[in-house]
Amino acid sequence: MSKPLLTRSAWGAWLVALVVLCAVVPVLNLWVPADSVFHMSDFAVALVGKIMCYAICALAMDLIWGYTGILSLGHGVFFALGGYAMGMYLMRQIGLDGNYKSALPDFMVFLDWKTLPWHWTLSDSFVATLLLVVLVPGLVALVFGFFAFRSRIKGVYFSIITQAMTFAAMLLFFRNETGFGGNNGFTDFKRIVDIPIATTSMRMTLFVMTAATLLSFFLMARWLVGSKFGRVLQAVRDAETRVMFSGYNPIGYKLTIWVISAMMCGVAGALYVPQVGIINPSEMSPANSIEIAIWAAVGGRATLIGPIVGAFLVNGAKSWLTVTYPEFWLYFLGALFIGVTLFLPDGVVGLVKKLKGGKA
Amino acid sequence: MPKRIIHVLLIAMFCIAGRAYALSAAEAKSLAVGEGDARIEALRAAVSHADAKTLAFIQALSDDAVKLVGETPVLVVDGQGQDPVTGAPVALPETAEDVMNNNRMRGELDTALAALKLLSADAQVRRDAVKTLRGEVDESKLPLIEQALAAETVADIKDQLGLLRAAALLGSTEIAKRLEAAQALGESTQAATKTLLVERLQVETDGSVKAALHKSLSAVESRLAWGDRLGALFSGISLGSILLLVALGLAITYGLMGVINMAHGELMMIGAYATYVVQGLFQKYLPGAFDWYLLASVPVAFATSALVGAALERSVIRFLYGRPLETLLATWGISLMLMQLVRTIFGAQNVGVENPRWMSGGVQLMGNLSLPYNRLVIVGFAIAVLVGVWFLIEKTRLGLFVRGVTQNRPIASCMGVNTARIDTYAFALGSGIAGLAGCALSQVGNVGPDLGQGYIVDSFMVVVLGGVGQLAGTVYAAMGLGVLNKFLEGWTGAVLAKIAVLVFIIIFIQKRPQGIFAMKGREA
Repeated sequence: MSKPLLTRSAWGAWLVALVVLCAVVPVLNLWVPADSVFHMSDFAVALVGKIMCYAICALAMDLIWGYTGILSLGHGVFFALGGYAMGMYLMRQIGLDGNYKSALPDFMVFLDWKTLPWHWTLSDSFVATLLLVVLVPGLVALVFGFFAFRSRIKGVYFSIITQAMTFAAMLLFFRNETGFGGNNGFTDFKRIVDIPIATTSMRMTLFVMTAATLLSFFLMARWLVGSKFGRVLQAVRDAETRVMFSGYNPIGYKLTIWVISAMMCGVAGALYVPQVGIINPSEMSPANSIEIAIWAAVGGRATLIGPIVGAFLVNGAKSWLTVTYPEFWLYFLGALFIGVTLFLPDGVVGLVKKLKGGKA
Repeated sequence: MPKRIIHVLLIAMFCIAGRAYALSAAEAKSLAVGEGDARIEALRAAVSHADAKTLAFIQALSDDAVKLVGETPVLVVDGQGQDPVTGAPVALPETAEDVMNNNRMRGELDTALAALKLLSADAQVRRDAVKTLRGEVDESKLPLIEQALAAETVADIKDQLGLLRAAALLGSTEIAKRLEAAQALGESTQAATKTLLVERLQVETDGSVKAALHKSLSAVESRLAWGDRLGALFSGISLGSILLLVALGLAITYGLMGVINMAHGELMMIGAYATYVVQGLFQKYLPGAFDWYLLASVPVAFATSALVGAALERSVIRFLYGRPLETLLATWGISLMLMQLVRTIFGAQNVGVENPRWMSGGVQLMGNLSLPYNRLVIVGFAIAVLVGVWFLIEKTRLGLFVRGVTQNRPIASCMGVNTARIDTYAFALGSGIAGLAGCALSQVGNVGPDLGQGYIVDSFMVVVLGGVGQLAGTVYAAMGLGVLNKFLEGWTGAVLAKIAVLVFIIIFIQKRPQGIFAMKGREA
């Protein structure tokens, strides 16, 4: 690294912005009267909460793609796995309040199942769910990554194999007999730790937790890439063979960051599900995973803050366009993919930096 | 064919046959009135010596067009009452009650009608009747079946009738007849025969018949197993040839040029929509030659996709050579835009592309094995495209240039090859082949804006598994995956088979990261 991307004070400014976001949004939503221009509707709060979950994914993608040079087209799987782990807990929290008034989730009653499948055993416990949210994506990533990195699959091959992984997982979760609610997934959540999920305080709690998680992950990622570990990752990205000749074994490094990145996505999924109120297999579609990559690319790879900005820009544009000009959304997204790769290899953050540099 | 027409045909046929037995008033009453079992008995008795009137009456019973005036059954024809025996008009009072048929009675009526239709003049009606009767026959239909058998001239129906007769005989009270039937059924290739034999085995008491049944059963089972195996093999080859078509274009753009073309699926979609447009033009301007629209759409699909491909190469892709991950993102963006473009022009719904008449139907090779013509045509088409691509790459000047540029761009350039133009040609060629694949896919699946998305993962799998830049590897990989998929499908179901194949590829890549055929020497 020749020169830090942002100065120390600029980093500080970003942090302040994030903290302010965490504090200001609830205030604008709760205490500003509904007719004021500064009032944030519940919808807007939910939207920002959702986008922050996406931003965590983009940050995770930046660690693995921007800093390690491994483009994953399968991060949607880890996101969905975390989401499903949380979704299973939320389904159990419905208790007897489902449409069929049964102790089993509605879709199981519908399929005429009598007992809970084995993989639902731990889903009654909130603590176990919190563990599963990180452990399941982590374990899947560990197994997958171990085999992939050991046989030195890299570059495009790795990307395509991860795409196959997410495709296979999607097909699997679409099945009714796998016990994940088939193509409807999970929805109709009522409570979380016995507190109704639809209350204002619960929504605010989830929002603040998401913001805090995003912030902590950001700080963790910043610490990671600045550490010796992070420097080895960047060396692997730039010249893996030379790293090997220098006596490092890149497999362990790649595997570690791969698993961390997957776990971050799992947490994002777990925060996403209670806020959005649904999880279904379409989260695992190859298209969703590749969109995560575009958030990172739009904001700027290997900048940490860039992917967060990218997630906000792209998803903000998405929610605006899909409402105002629904037919233009795909044109816009497509043009973004092309434009960013052709004209903005360093993303928006890179552009800002370039403009600043030009003036100075 | 509408029921009514069959009805009329049948009546006409029976009149010509001029059979002596006639429907009597007592018979009509016993068919329509009374307990279920008694009516079924009467029905079975009536079938063995039926005439046109009986057939019409049974048809009417099945169509719920019979009412009861007191205890007398009356046919209802166009709202008017009619005596079922004489055909004379009968008053139809308000109090007339419907004849109630339960499901069992309905089944018996259907069987009876099918048995009577065995004598139809239309071969297709007879064929359908045999199909309906399979597994539903008993001794009471034997006279009819034998009569039909004696009159039958079409070979395949005659064979089927022979089996049907044997199946009817199987329920006979005479041991010799049962033995003969058991032996005859050993020749069958129908899955239904197996059920029939198994059922008979459970109630059979005579030892010799039992032995014959066992022998026939194992013969039928092994034949069925072969049919199943060959069927799976054929659908595997058919799926493989689709995968081959889908992957061939990619083998050029990805394999030779190193471009991760995520828009490949959408180029196929364009080919499929081009086929749809050509179909529409033929419907409008050349309805007489409609059966040949597909032949015209092959070059159109190729040209359309190739042109779009060339435009993409000139405008976007040429700036990204040597940066595969960037081509991946940019072409993904292209694919999104093309999808939306097609939605804007043709709507978000699937469009209907019809098989030409010469592609519908199929060859019946065995009882449980038939090869649909459209699948056969696609296998042939895939082979033709493969030969074409091989010839183009290996034998022509353009192919030489393409290979030269992909192997060593600076040297090729030094030799005076216009490398930029060759890139455009090569990409257009790969895109055109995608268009051909789309044209073929339009004949076997839905044509809609999402068509490409369903195949993109598959096609990359084939190319990666086959080994980048290897036409032979692509062929082996496509066929191998197709056959593997279909055999697993018979065993685990379609989705699990697909997952198993994806897992298999992931494991296979572990062992041979460069695919089946690793490229020799330096490699991207």
